Amino acid sequence: MSAALLIDILLWGSVLGVGLIAFRRGPPVFKASLREGSMDFINIVPRIALGVIGSGYIAAIIPQEVITGWLGPDSGWPGVATAVIAGAATPGGPVVGFSIGTVALKSGGGVPQVVAYVVAWALFAFQRVILWEIPFMPARFVWFRCAVSVPFPFVAAAIAMVIGKP
Amino acid sequence: MLEPSPKDPAPAEDAESEPRPGRVRKPIGWSTIIIAVLVAVSAGLVWRRDGTDGVLDILTHDLSLFSGILPRVLAGCLLGAFISEILPHEKVSRSLGPKSGLMGLLIGTAFGAILPGGPFTAYPVASALLAVGADFGATIAMVVSWTLIGYGRAVAWEIPIMGTDFTLWRIVISLPLPVLAGALGRFVYIRLYPKPLAKDDES
Repeated sequence: MSAALLIDILLWGSVLGVGLIAFRRGPPVFKASLREGSMDFINIVPRIALGVIGSGYIAAIIPQEVITGWLGPDSGWPGVATAVIAGAATPGGPVVGFSIGTVALKSGGGVPQVVAYVVAWALFAFQRVILWEIPFMPARFVWFRCAVSVPFPFVAAAIAMVIGKP
Repeated sequence: MLEPSPKDPAPAEDAESEPRPGRVRKPIGWSTIIIAVLVAVSAGLVWRRDGTDGVLDILTHDLSLFSGILPRVLAGCLLGAFISEILPHEKVSRSLGPKSGLMGLLIGTAFGAILPGGPFTAYPVASALLAVGADFGATIAMVVSWTLIGYGRAVAWEIPIMGTDFTLWRIVISLPLPVLAGALGRFVYIRLYPKPLAKDDES
């Protein structure tokens, strides 16, 4: 709760801050960007609505147990590769992703594999990509960014193997 | 809605009087259609498994989630719009553009790490940066940095669920990744699109 409140305060504080800067550049600048932002909002709401309201259904048909099963005590690089796929396929929000990571750690999943899972989930969980990133950003950028990100869960796992456990 | 006023949107800034480079605003693209199909199929499967009650349960839960997110989406859109308005374009393309080098990637990384909020801020702001002259590399560094070393998700979710030790350790491991991802992005981009679409500034 308090973390969410803190985030809201920071968020609206930042909006106020940059809004103030815009306002000091003159009311036309301020008004134009206010209009621009509102139009973006109006344009994006239907797509966000579709994603947020629909994501519950997508999450409901990909049960967490399936994903957790992919993160067994499988060690080595095949385990890392499976973890990366599991991270990309994880539906739902951060609670689901991190909970699966925790369960995997507790049930004997290797640390590099769990790191690869969490990093892959953060970089290109399909649901966040289609729900948030594509509505807001040029699709060309999104696909490019995802493709470029593919090696990095493996890099993170390699670093984890080298420097050892937390 | 807005009246048909004669003044065009936002010329006020420096010499940049040409129309703003695209904040992309596609009405209904194929990605929306894919999502809609995915949602419809999933809802159908839920309905077959759990009946109408199951479908309605999820719907009410997600509707309340949605209404909670909505104000933040508005904040994110405003943040993006203000930022793209107040940042001087030549300065952005100098410090975050294709020729900004390692420094540009580091600035993108730092920016992503300090950006408040969630996906509802990161993506509009990243989109605004792209529109005012940042290149794919710096923007990738920013997005990857936000997702991997930004404090928002770590404080709100990762530390409570995965514990402080794991989270800090994971963040330390992730530190080099945004710059590496941005560099890889730039490397590939230049080879994919050898002649950039952008007009060459400061010739």
